[in-house]
Amino acid sequence: MSEQRSPAARRWLAHPVMSALLAAGWLMLQQSLDAGNLIAAALLALVIPRMVGGFIGDGFRLRAAGPALRLTAIVLWDIVQSNITVAKLVLNPARTPQPAWVPVPLDITHPNGIALFASIITMTPGTVSCIVDETRREILVHALDCSDPEAAARDMKARYEAPLREIFG
Amino acid sequence: MTELNPWIDGLVALLLLIGAFFLLVGALGMLRFRDFFQRLHAPTKASTLGVGGVLIASMLYSAATGRLAIHELLITLFIFITAPVSANLLAKAALHLKLPSKAGHPERD
Repeated sequence: MSEQRSPAARRWLAHPVMSALLAAGWLMLQQSLDAGNLIAAALLALVIPRMVGGFIGDGFRLRAAGPALRLTAIVLWDIVQSNITVAKLVLNPARTPQPAWVPVPLDITHPNGIALFASIITMTPGTVSCIVDETRREILVHALDCSDPEAAARDMKARYEAPLREIFG
Repeated sequence: MTELNPWIDGLVALLLLIGAFFLLVGALGMLRFRDFFQRLHAPTKASTLGVGGVLIASMLYSAATGRLAIHELLITLFIFITAPVSANLLAKAALHLKLPSKAGHPERD
């Protein structure tokens, strides 16, 4: 795609998705579409990606909208479910949580995909990604209450990593 | 104050209660858990369903009173971006300092 763009467009719009998100984010924060805010949104969309471009690599193209929607639904459902599980654990004085370290081996290679996988693990209650180890290719997860680390790792890989691999390829 | 349909009013109240309940559970978790790594789980719980319940209530209330609820979507997005990063950094620092952990220490150098 980028080979057809002019050099100026490549320099200023190297990350079109990020530019669009920044502009949309600014306008949503301001909740207005007047000229001043449109100019500010355009400036942010052009300048910020250029300033951080060196840190964020190549960016990504959304390959598959279907799996992305499915993954969103799975994550929202799991957040509700595991909130309830953890709430029961906290409120039941007879139960002592059995924490465990769960190494989750990575099959996904795209850096944004790995970051999203680690974030999803943290946002679902009961598991926190502690170390994303790119040389060992695994995420070290602390599980709050887990009797079978291997099953937990398999579960996370099947529920989140498989759709992420479809999305990021 | 605008007068709301009692059903919407009740739904908003219910969502606020659900959100408040999970925020309370998150706070209790802080007290009840035994080590740093377990306590790290409390804020992720509070910031999902707890804040989520309050945000959905706020969106519903705004929609019922005729304001488009866009800020709430942005808050959700910002929480999903920042909470995992801060939890990850806290965990890394704790592992580096070898804080006591009920799960033992992961075997690595």
